[in-house]
Amino acid sequence: MYVYDELDQKIVDQRVAQFRDQTRRYLAGELTEDEFRPLRLQNGLYIQRHAPMLRVAVPYGELASRQVRVLAKIARTYDRDYGHFTTRQNLQYNWPKLEDVPQILAELATVQMHAIQTSGNCIRNTTTDQFAGVAHDEIVDPRPWCEIIREWSTFHPEFAHLPRKFKIAVNGAAEDRAAILVHDIGINVIRNEAGEVGFQIYVGGGLGRTPIIGSLIKPWLEPMHLLSYLDAVLRVYNRYGRRDNKYKARIKILVKAMTPEAFGAKVEQEWVHLKDGPTTLTQGEIDRVSKFFTAPAYESFAGDDAGFVAARQDNKGFGRWVERNVFAHKQPGYACVTLSLKHPGVAPGDVSGDQLDAIADLADKYSLGELRASHEQNLILPYVKQRDLLALWEELKALKLASPTVGLLTDVVCCPGGDFCSLANAKSIPIALAIQERFDNLDYLYDLGEIDLNMSGCMNACGHHHVGNIGILGVDKNGSEWYQVSLGGRQGVGASIGKVIGPSFAQDEMPEVIEKIINVFVAAREGEEPFIDVFDRIGMEPFKTRVYAGKPNARAPKEVADA
Amino acid sequence: MPKLIIDRQIVDNTATLLRSAEDGAFAAVPAQGTVIVPLAQYLAQKTELNARGDVGVWFAPDDEPELLGADAAALSLIAVEFPAFTDGRGFSIGRLLRERYGFTGELRAFGDVFKDTLNYLTRCGFNAFVIREDKDIGEALKGLDDFTESYQSSVAQPMPLFRRRHAS
Repeated sequence: MYVYDELDQKIVDQRVAQFRDQTRRYLAGELTEDEFRPLRLQNGLYIQRHAPMLRVAVPYGELASRQVRVLAKIARTYDRDYGHFTTRQNLQYNWPKLEDVPQILAELATVQMHAIQTSGNCIRNTTTDQFAGVAHDEIVDPRPWCEIIREWSTFHPEFAHLPRKFKIAVNGAAEDRAAILVHDIGINVIRNEAGEVGFQIYVGGGLGRTPIIGSLIKPWLEPMHLLSYLDAVLRVYNRYGRRDNKYKARIKILVKAMTPEAFGAKVEQEWVHLKDGPTTLTQGEIDRVSKFFTAPAYESFAGDDAGFVAARQDNKGFGRWVERNVFAHKQPGYACVTLSLKHPGVAPGDVSGDQLDAIADLADKYSLGELRASHEQNLILPYVKQRDLLALWEELKALKLASPTVGLLTDVVCCPGGDFCSLANAKSIPIALAIQERFDNLDYLYDLGEIDLNMSGCMNACGHHHVGNIGILGVDKNGSEWYQVSLGGRQGVGASIGKVIGPSFAQDEMPEVIEKIINVFVAAREGEEPFIDVFDRIGMEPFKTRVYAGKPNARAPKEVADA
Repeated sequence: MPKLIIDRQIVDNTATLLRSAEDGAFAAVPAQGTVIVPLAQYLAQKTELNARGDVGVWFAPDDEPELLGADAAALSLIAVEFPAFTDGRGFSIGRLLRERYGFTGELRAFGDVFKDTLNYLTRCGFNAFVIREDKDIGEALKGLDDFTESYQSSVAQPMPLFRRRHAS
């Protein structure tokens, strides 16, 4: 993974000093709340329902064990002994004290971590495939490009105060696990027929109040022009994106208003001036960054490990976990292992200080000291030998990190919701837990196959509910919490936005509603057909009929102006 | 006398900034002293104003540098208003004036300008800052030194860090 030199370190250290000064001036009354808010947000610090919330950047999801140990120490020292992995590969602390934050940032800086631009109207942490560099279906390793974008976007002077937040995702595999079509900019790293690397640039995708799938505006961009082209896109957005209404301020609204063709043309017009300027990447820089992401010294194995293959057959529990939580590696004899942060009774994505320390130890023992965070709020050990999998599984079970449910209905993607977040209209965690409780029979879960259930506590859509096969959105109606259900969303190459099934439901109805939806699916299913295919085939109507049967007057009060 | 920072020095602000009336009517230009007129006024009265001399032009965030174009190079003072420091359009205006339209004179930021905004402003080409009256201008000046290194190509440092890294 990338390692800072003294220049990278200096920039992060100077940020810590700057934020220490800003916090001091705020506490001394020299900075008003209105002035401090955008400044602290650009350092990942929200003031939430109970306390400040600090979001720590995990650039493109890569973590080293020594960093995880510091995250554990911070959880223990400054928080209530846990952290929460987010849907953008970052980690949040829910209970730090404002006056401790400069010290937390200083501790993070000792292991080359920070909270820069994890919030606010600026370019956020770039995200990518959690299996980058190790995926069996990878075309180009996206991480060097992510790092080049990280450096370019860190304190970019022109784009420090954009109309709204700005998220970039990069994918380099056949399957798009980075959800690039629902990002402000989505970058697909591809190879042309001559084998040369280039980029497809999508803009204007996003979730939130107005979910839109991104549009391809540049089918082929040569690598050396990456940054000048991004400058051009951001400049057009910075100048012309709406600033009068925060709900219409994302780039997707501008792209839609101009049309993707006109937006792309405007970018080209701007790019003519920037192309071949000093920000043109050099081969030396591409090589420098790429060197941090070369393959480790793998042991050489002829094929699958015989002991692993046998154990998988003989041990049903292990076999299940392998089926769901182990992803095929590009290197023979190796595996990528997902540590599930979806243990029953624990909020999705939450992890305790002790678990973090144990995970760091496991990374050292089994995975060359490296880990990844996924946008599905799980952790990954990317370099595990197949012959170690059984032992690793036993250790993970003891740590409650082995729920063999990755990709299944109970691998719920879920924002912190109304329990913590001051933006939320409704709680999300209790609904997720209730659904997990309802569907606790593993045999049944396996029979159901892959179903993405995503849940957000408000229209900001941090839980990516629009792209869940089943999406749940918390809404506020006359001061009480209701839940709107959508079906048919999906992420990846064929990303699409789910459709709302109908009027929303009360909290206690939700497990029942999900069960009815699942029953319709099971009744209509042919063979091993996945949920999303059944939905595509039979449409919304059968689900709607079943869910609202016997509820003729059950329409909830009129929704508060929220859409 | 109000003060401002120019090239790291705290000096008197002797210029008069003219604003158009709400109906768009241009303000009368005084006979004496440095004036800074809105872009629209400058474009409308360019000949007279250039003949008068001692004139600068100011941009609101939605004013287009393209309208001034190469005329920028002949001016000695351009100011850009930041009605709120969170409105980053002025950053793009600064860079365009410096990098595309050859402006080499004093580039002045005014409005919601204080310590925490100076670093980005400097890197976008601003060298003069009218600090908000309720803020300590001496304290603000220190904001210029918050960062001594940066990654990107900017007006202050056209060579991005990656080019300088490889040069060393």
